[in-house]
Amino acid sequence: MADTRVTPHEILLPVKPGFIAATLVAALLMNLLPWSGYALAIKPDFVALVVLYWCIETPRRVGFLAAWLLGLLMDVADGTLFGQHALAYSLLAYAGIVLHRRVRMFALTAQVLHIIALLLMTSVVVLTIRALAGSEFPGFVYFAGSFIGGALWPLMVALFRMPQRPQPDPDHA
Amino acid sequence: MEHQPPPFFKTGPTPLARLLIFSSLSIALLVTDTLFGYLTPLRQVAAAVVYPLQRIALAPVAIARRIAEFFVTQSSLRGENERLSTERLTSAAQLQQLQALQLENAQLRELIEARKRLDVKVIATEVLYAARDPFSRKVIVDKGLQDGVQAGQAVLDDRGVVGQVTRVYPWLSELTLITDKGQFVPVQNQRNGLRAVLSGTGSDGALELRFIPLNADFQNGDRLTTSGIDGVYPPGLPVAEVANVERNAAQLFAKIICKPVAGVASRTQLLIVVGQPELPPRPVEEQKSPRPKRGRKG
Repeated sequence: MADTRVTPHEILLPVKPGFIAATLVAALLMNLLPWSGYALAIKPDFVALVVLYWCIETPRRVGFLAAWLLGLLMDVADGTLFGQHALAYSLLAYAGIVLHRRVRMFALTAQVLHIIALLLMTSVVVLTIRALAGSEFPGFVYFAGSFIGGALWPLMVALFRMPQRPQPDPDHA
Repeated sequence: MEHQPPPFFKTGPTPLARLLIFSSLSIALLVTDTLFGYLTPLRQVAAAVVYPLQRIALAPVAIARRIAEFFVTQSSLRGENERLSTERLTSAAQLQQLQALQLENAQLRELIEARKRLDVKVIATEVLYAARDPFSRKVIVDKGLQDGVQAGQAVLDDRGVVGQVTRVYPWLSELTLITDKGQFVPVQNQRNGLRAVLSGTGSDGALELRFIPLNADFQNGDRLTTSGIDGVYPPGLPVAEVANVERNAAQLFAKIICKPVAGVASRTQLLIVVGQPELPPRPVEEQKSPRPKRGRKG
């Protein structure tokens, strides 16, 4: 079996701020696609996933402000209570920033378990807010997105690390 | 790994402090939004920011639809053309009858000096996407403040009532479907004129008549139309059909489940009713005790 372990001390180039912004906008676009039916029911929250990635990867660059503002935009786009996603993403950013050293020490499969737990926490926060506002439980399908999001994590890590890998130096062949 | 500075360097507030700041901000927003609803301007600003992104996200779907339209076969077009012309003929016949009836109705109403029923004016609109919120039944459509849409207006499709405009943004608006748990439509039974209030259940294809006495005359197959006494929905529009009546003597009220007539979850072309019927002015509210009880329901 191929070694799925991400070398903990792999030396990567610093992330460009433009790249971070581009991934966040791309995640927002993915969320804004006109999902419907079953796809909508199991759709992971891409913004949550990408915010979590950057909070773990560069906790000093992406943090609460970005998460909170993206949350407000999601609230408007989805017509939900104002502040619902903002609160959930702030908590997610906190968890990502506090746990970033721990998560990065694990192999990719173990990281996925962390991510699923964190995304589930976010959904539970949203569920609690809506329950307090008088909504009913939408069924357990509601949690499916968190697991799908966890499953997408390795793919996202591979994709987002690509621009940071140093190019092989032709003089050192 | 990123280099962390020793703690004596300035790094701003700790994560926990930041979390407290941002979560208390969010909670303040939530409370203001749910209890007072003061946040419309802020929402408008955020909507203007997110609108270009929404358009970009919807573009691939629109392009795919256009491509699919381009490759329609001739036979299907001809079939549709035939169907539409037959439909037009039948509706033209009905329209002639309707005009005669309308004239007659106007004369009769003049005789009994009743107020005129206003002609309803509609704006055609298209559903852009269903709101990604598993807790409610809402859709976003492509007409907004710029087109004269206002919150509170009723929304129909070709078969009946679909819902109501609940939030308006500059170029988009948000409809709450009648199947939403918090959405109510005043209706009238076409068979015997009984009035009731139809409420959504939160699941597609099921509506409920609540607080109807056990002996009330509702039967399977009864058609419910808007009664128009709310001043929101024009009277006489089909809303739902009674699907199941359950009378249990152990309970106070009958359990009446209805099925919406309109394609509430499936239609993409909708009509927003913009001409509001003119209502007589509200009676002046009586001065009650200085501190009224909280009458809000969750």
